[in-house]
Amino acid sequence: MEHFGYLFATYSIIFVAIFLYVVFIWQRQSRLESEVRALEAKLKALAEPKHESAAAEPGAKPSP
Amino acid sequence: MARKIVTSLGVLSLILVIAALYMVFEYVPTEADEGIVQRIFYFHVPCAWIAFMAFGLVAVAGIFYLWLGGQIWDDLGHGAAETGMLFCTLMLISGSLWARPMWGTWWTWDSRLTSTFILWLLYGGYLMLRVMIDDSRQVARFAAVIGIVAALDVPVIILSVRLWRTIHPAVLVTRQGGHGLEDPRMVATLLVSLAAITVTFAWLFLVRFAELRMGTRLEALARGIALAEVRTGDI
Repeated sequence: MEHFGYLFATYSIIFVAIFLYVVFIWQRQSRLESEVRALEAKLKALAEPKHESAAAEPGAKPSP
Repeated sequence: MARKIVTSLGVLSLILVIAALYMVFEYVPTEADEGIVQRIFYFHVPCAWIAFMAFGLVAVAGIFYLWLGGQIWDDLGHGAAETGMLFCTLMLISGSLWARPMWGTWWTWDSRLTSTFILWLLYGGYLMLRVMIDDSRQVARFAAVIGIVAALDVPVIILSVRLWRTIHPAVLVTRQGGHGLEDPRMVATLLVSLAAITVTFAWLFLVRFAELRMGTRLEALARGIALAEVRTGDI
């Protein structure tokens, strides 16, 4: 079993590196999901004033 | 549908990697001259194959970006370069760990090693460019050109063992033209490892590519919302 250390180190490094890359992708995914939530909140905020003004003027036509 | 494909690839990758590891550590016979350290070869070669394929994909995406100009090509090239860089790094590290007991040195400026290191530097530059410049259109154009030019190094690496004097072993196809893996169990192990690393690459690449596409769409959406906010403010 001479040089087993080199073999073990090689395969360990390969799988640790792939695992770290998966973690990196997963973190990016989480960041994108939080961006989606922030954009959804912004969209909601943009839509809300229109609803409020429509509620204040019952006879008014809704804007397209 | 796309999510199903990605999940299936992830599961398949796990199964193939376990099978490949079993074959590398249990099934394949130990090579007579190099001993146990030769087993590094079964993942070193697939890492090289994937790195070259990924960088080929970067070049193709670069050509299509310059020709057609769609953001999808830039995202494709970016995803392939990043994943290819991972496997190129693993190829260099595994080669170095093999070289230490075989050649008595971690690194030597051999033609194949040097040309591979140049490829690694070129794609390192490609990825750094994406971080350093803010203008996404300009980055995409520069990256496409670098990706195409860098891919020209791949045939140089492949042919280097024939064109120049090198100490790097030519195992798959020997310098005399024959193939170096005499035992069919060695060939089977190499093929399973190749399948394992290829599917792992496909899985990682697809996930990363989907993420980059999502990022691009979010950026466009954020720009649209910012514009709408400005307009609402004006009214």
